Amino acid sequence: MIHSLMVEGIGIQNWTYILVGVTFALYISIAICSRAGSTEDFYVAGSGVSPLANGMATAADWMSAASFISMAGIISFAGYDGAVYLMGWTGGYVLLALLLAPYLRKFGKFTVPDFIGERYYSDIARFVGVLCALLVSFTYVAGQMRGVGLVFSRFLEVDIDTGVIIGMLIVLFYAVLGGMKGITYTQVAQYCVLIFAFMVPAIFISIQMTGNPVPQLGFGSQMADGSGMYLLDKLDGLSEDLGFAQYTNGSKSIIDVFAITLALMVGTAGLPHVIVRFFTVRRVRDARKSAGIALLLIVILYSTAPAVAVFARTNMIETVSKQSYASVPEWFKKWETTGLIVFNDKNNDGIINYVADASKNELQVDNDIMVLANPEIARLPDWIVALVAAGALAAALSTAAGLLLVISSSISHDLIKKIINPKISENGELIAARISAIVAVCVAGYFGINPPGFVAATVALAFGLAAASFFPAIVLGIFYKRMNKEGAIAGMVVGITLMMFYMIKYRLGWFDEVVPDKDEWWFGISPEGFGSVAMGVNFFVSVVISKFTSAPPTEVQEMVENIRIPLGSGPATDH
Amino acid sequence: MTKKAKAYWKENLRYLFMLLMIWFVVSFGAGILFKNILDEIKIGGFKLGFWFAQQGSMYVFVILIFVYVRLMNKLDRKYGYDS
Repeated sequence: MIHSLMVEGIGIQNWTYILVGVTFALYISIAICSRAGSTEDFYVAGSGVSPLANGMATAADWMSAASFISMAGIISFAGYDGAVYLMGWTGGYVLLALLLAPYLRKFGKFTVPDFIGERYYSDIARFVGVLCALLVSFTYVAGQMRGVGLVFSRFLEVDIDTGVIIGMLIVLFYAVLGGMKGITYTQVAQYCVLIFAFMVPAIFISIQMTGNPVPQLGFGSQMADGSGMYLLDKLDGLSEDLGFAQYTNGSKSIIDVFAITLALMVGTAGLPHVIVRFFTVRRVRDARKSAGIALLLIVILYSTAPAVAVFARTNMIETVSKQSYASVPEWFKKWETTGLIVFNDKNNDGIINYVADASKNELQVDNDIMVLANPEIARLPDWIVALVAAGALAAALSTAAGLLLVISSSISHDLIKKIINPKISENGELIAARISAIVAVCVAGYFGINPPGFVAATVALAFGLAAASFFPAIVLGIFYKRMNKEGAIAGMVVGITLMMFYMIKYRLGWFDEVVPDKDEWWFGISPEGFGSVAMGVNFFVSVVISKFTSAPPTEVQEMVENIRIPLGSGPATDH
Repeated sequence: MTKKAKAYWKENLRYLFMLLMIWFVVSFGAGILFKNILDEIKIGGFKLGFWFAQQGSMYVFVILIFVYVRLMNKLDRKYGYDS
């Protein structure tokens, strides 16, 4: 009794300060313990990371603010269609493990443009690689900094800009000091924080709603209210009553679901900040194994998200639909002040009408609420609500740090060391790497504070860009010995240009007065799914052009033969 | 490329083909193209196609990578490529 009074006495706000403070102190002390002493430490953590630690770091690197905060919410509004993210963002790891990671580890260099530059024996190819890496990483990182700011503003009631600056300082501290080494071990800690923060509320709510402590089974179980009704049948019914599609049937076309899933899978496998993680382990077999561990750790969260989506959606409909506005619970009012829930009583009857028909619907609910407010909706204790804030910050910071490292190493290693000034000393390169990291954090912070309107739209499209540029160039570089520089460069340029064109025309609408209608999409494929088409075009252009131009030099062909054999993968080197 | 390296690569490609077939069938097959047909079957509260799309395919992905790890470690040993 006394204990519970004390706990209540602390309150959500203070619990958040405590949990966020403790986790931040942890990240900073890890960073101080793992400073980078050499460029090898800075770029690839000295290639001495164990498969387990690398798997955890990869999982944290991978799961961003979007995975943690937004994904379950998106699924809960999209129903079946949400599967594109679940399959897309996990299936890519199969491609990564089977087609890329072992060979790139054997190749043993520092960055993805490094591989492109050496394999295609050309600084132009390397430069195109750098541009693609920067484009993909910057679109992605701006969203992360924004996520950090949002979490701070909602839970600690500072304004978003202050939140972004606090986040910048923390990332700056450990990314600049520790490089890949510091980032890796902070990410291990961040994985633990974020997975704990995601699972605890999910398990509590699963028990509340279905009596089953395993959320993955819970959302396919009968309701705990004794009605004997399956939760999913109940939700299908509720959705139909309100005029939505059945939850377990989506509203996207099959071809679009197919295209988006493929684009996300291939994009995942082509993201430089994910690929580079496999340069940090000791041997080829460790690269394979750590891809498996990473995916297992990711799937723990990803298989829980659809369960959270179902719980949250059912809970939300039951709590607010057709209820009197005067009697809504406290959380509703609280989130209304943040603008994430908007109620507009169109027919002035004081009742919340939440329906599919836009002209009659009176309630707008932001995706992000489903995870952020879920513990409050389910009336879980304050410390769990605060835990979600710490988890969301861990997710956003770990991804931001990984991306910043890719940006800084692309500049210091690929641009400065390999193209502009090959004579730079090891120390000079390390300083250059740290300065580029600082600049990158400032640029990312600037976009976090002044988000261009298109950031939200383009983060999802970073996958399309990666799919359209890197994936074909790397896969062909490994599996097709005859692939030459002319083909690869042409493929990357055509692929990424086509993707950018489609994205600008059909998502941003800059070429027309208004964003063109769905009916005008090519083959009925949305901009999110178009990466699959652009990737196909890249493959086609690459192969055709290479057929008509001269074969790569013998030493490059020998290099390809060499990376196919796992034996003798030394530490990553510069030479 | 030595004969040994060629034989190793051929076996590797065969494994990749097999595993990627399964990868394709569970996700694009069961979860998307044949989702509606599989939805006729219900296991507990789950329609089967929906379950593959939002749960099953992810579990199979994890298993696939670990099977690949085992197969490749065995292959490396067979050809003396393990260090």
